[in-house]
Amino acid sequence: MSLLEVSELSIEFGRRRVRALDGVSFSIDAGQRLGLIGESGSGKTVTALAIMGLLAPNAAVSGSIRLGGDELLGLDERELARRRGNLMSMVFQEPMTALDPTMRVGRQVAEVLRLHAGTESGPARERVVEILGDVGLDDPERVADSFPHQLSGGQRQRAILAMALINSPDLVICDEPTTALDVTVQAMVLEKLDQALSVSGAACLFITHDLAVVSQVCNQVMVMLDGQIVETGSVEKLFSDPVHPYTRGLVATARLDQVQPGQRLPVVEDFYAGGRQ
Amino acid sequence: MKRAQLVTGLVLVGAVIFAALVSLVWTPFDPIQVVPGQRLHGPGWPNLLGTDGFGIDIFSRLLVGARTTLIVGIISVGIAAVIGVPLGVLAGQVGGWLDQLVMRVSDVVYAFPALLLAILLASVFGASTLTAMAAIGVASIPAFARVARAGTLQVVASDFVLAARGAGTSRWGIAVRHIGPNIAPVLGVQASVGFATAILAEAALSYLGLGTPRPTPTWGNMLRDAQQYLFVAPLQAVWPGLAIAVAVLGFNLLGDGLRDYLDPRLRELP
Amino acid sequence: MTEPLYRADALTRTFTTGGREVSALAGVDLELARGGRLGIVGESGSGKSTLVRLLAGLDRPTSGQVWFEGREISALPERELGFLRASVQLVFQDPRSSLNPRMRVGQIITEPLRSRLVRRQLPADVDHQQRLEEVLTAVDLPPDAAERYPHEFSGGQRQRIAIARALAPKPEVLIADEPVSALDVSVRAQVLNLLTDLVASAGLTLIVVSHDLMVVRHLCDQLAVMRAGRIVESGPTQSIYADPQQDYTKALLAAVPRIRGTGGPTQSRG
Repeated sequence: MSLLEVSELSIEFGRRRVRALDGVSFSIDAGQRLGLIGESGSGKTVTALAIMGLLAPNAAVSGSIRLGGDELLGLDERELARRRGNLMSMVFQEPMTALDPTMRVGRQVAEVLRLHAGTESGPARERVVEILGDVGLDDPERVADSFPHQLSGGQRQRAILAMALINSPDLVICDEPTTALDVTVQAMVLEKLDQALSVSGAACLFITHDLAVVSQVCNQVMVMLDGQIVETGSVEKLFSDPVHPYTRGLVATARLDQVQPGQRLPVVEDFYAGGRQ
Repeated sequence: MKRAQLVTGLVLVGAVIFAALVSLVWTPFDPIQVVPGQRLHGPGWPNLLGTDGFGIDIFSRLLVGARTTLIVGIISVGIAAVIGVPLGVLAGQVGGWLDQLVMRVSDVVYAFPALLLAILLASVFGASTLTAMAAIGVASIPAFARVARAGTLQVVASDFVLAARGAGTSRWGIAVRHIGPNIAPVLGVQASVGFATAILAEAALSYLGLGTPRPTPTWGNMLRDAQQYLFVAPLQAVWPGLAIAVAVLGFNLLGDGLRDYLDPRLRELP
Repeated sequence: MTEPLYRADALTRTFTTGGREVSALAGVDLELARGGRLGIVGESGSGKSTLVRLLAGLDRPTSGQVWFEGREISALPERELGFLRASVQLVFQDPRSSLNPRMRVGQIITEPLRSRLVRRQLPADVDHQQRLEEVLTAVDLPPDAAERYPHEFSGGQRQRIAIARALAPKPEVLIADEPVSALDVSVRAQVLNLLTDLVASAGLTLIVVSHDLMVVRHLCDQLAVMRAGRIVESGPTQSIYADPQQDYTKALLAAVPRIRGTGGPTQSRG
């Protein structure tokens, strides 16, 4: 039995029943790293929010999401909250908005620990400083005592990573975690994420629109288009020999290094013409 | 949900406007002429809401009172907006010492209660609707200036204003074409809140005898008249109070509803 | 040798926020010939955006000078910068905030044509409607786009609207500040192809600011690498990629994520 099993997940929003996901099925085994590639609006973030139980109230969800054998859909808020930050956690894209600007970073990270492990404040502080160091922050004591606006974007994102990992969850969902970061910082955060996942043995669902980034972190990857999964495969196979025309378009358009400077870059529409602008 | 807000607001405000318009051409009874034999009748027929201490039909007075309510709202908000908004935008755009000056002066005026201003004006010119409007208007200027300034600061920091400067648009052009439309929603809400506040302020001033003097009815001075008879004919106070509440609620809902309705981005949502 | 189009000498820019002084530019020298395509690469805090704002005349240096077409622009008052505004246009990073959400696309695009400052530089008979249609076609958007609002378009389309706006006054220089960073990887190629075509067909001089080395490699033949307010390495793009001299440049190149199993930028077939 896989750690996470999603079957026939369909999600519609609002009175107009806008369809965001259409019969999505996939599974993640313990310790596995699965990438989810798609454009904005493809449904990838909605998938993550559905798993975490964070969808807007006007979402109509059907299908099944099982985590560790337990069905998540239909659980009440208390049951979901028990799992969030504990069995499953999420790293969001914007580090500035994911942190409370009025609370010191150390305290926010400790809060996650105390909520689920009930640790006392003394040992909690030690654990917080330890994990801030694990995610590669120099001077973790100082970072723990700082407010979010006193830290750089990369430092904030690593603090959020620490929050996501501190209770050793079974599943970590990352939604575009490095998109807002500089390239050198991104490289470092991805490396720390890779290390942290290896050490804890957690599984990871890594969501992004950047093919190169996903290939650094994951071994399996799925491609999402208009709420459906159009292709799945290993990273090596998908990028060297994609099958679905949309995937072929994505891979071709992402490889700027394959094209002579100044020559025309391939666009997705060259391979796949279905309903995109 | 948003449509319901707008519609309800429109209906309530519409009712007030309708009452005011109707009163220009017709009222069931004379709103001013004293009728000695009819004092303090309860609601019924022919006086739908009863009569006051002078025997005058309350319903008729209520209709006429709507006029004052609207005029006071329009003029005072008008004064506050016409003076306050340009000051606020100027302060936000230019910054520096001008900003400081406008804000400090506005702080001083803000600290000055409309009431005090009204008393001052009334003692010099005699209490009237005009002095009430002037007092409320001036006292509301700082709120508009502040809201306009805050909105301006936000807009001016955005990329599209930088692009406008890059296009060679003058400061004036930026104020009119970029700042204006983008702070309009927040000013609209301020205007509706201001309207509601003005109505309440006028009622308070009239109640205290600093607004429209007798016999011209306003909802505020009707409350004042009703006070003497509170234990004898309590309903007499309820009608003007209810009218005030309806008007204030209507303007608040209208303001919120309009703001949401006018935002092109929100128009598409279900 | 002809006079370079742009020349900058010892540019510095210091900001004072909350009592602290932040040095965004710490001494930058630059030269760019007409028709050149310059890439400015750096991470956040490198000063690259500050630099291009100085080149576009949207900010003034704390010290140092900038010459455009032989005229010194850093000390000129706004009203004399018409020649600069008409010749140099900027495309910003975030298509969501660089377009006024309350203006129709047609108005947005023709804004540079309507400012008095720029109009003086253009031929007197510029037909706004015609120019609007021309640039919409040039960026591959339908003519009915002019009647719609920005929020009705996707990120890639909005960036094309921003490019259309920049092209409206037929500038000589296009400065693109992170033109594709806020766009999905799948949409970037469209905008990059558009920029390449426009530069070629209109003979534009191009300045691209980016933290993405692959983008800069594709668009530019010259490169300047910035760090902490200074240019640390500069020269032809090809040679810097093939043989970077500075450690920082090497670190930047090494950090570029590559699809597993493929070579990095230095091992490309291009």
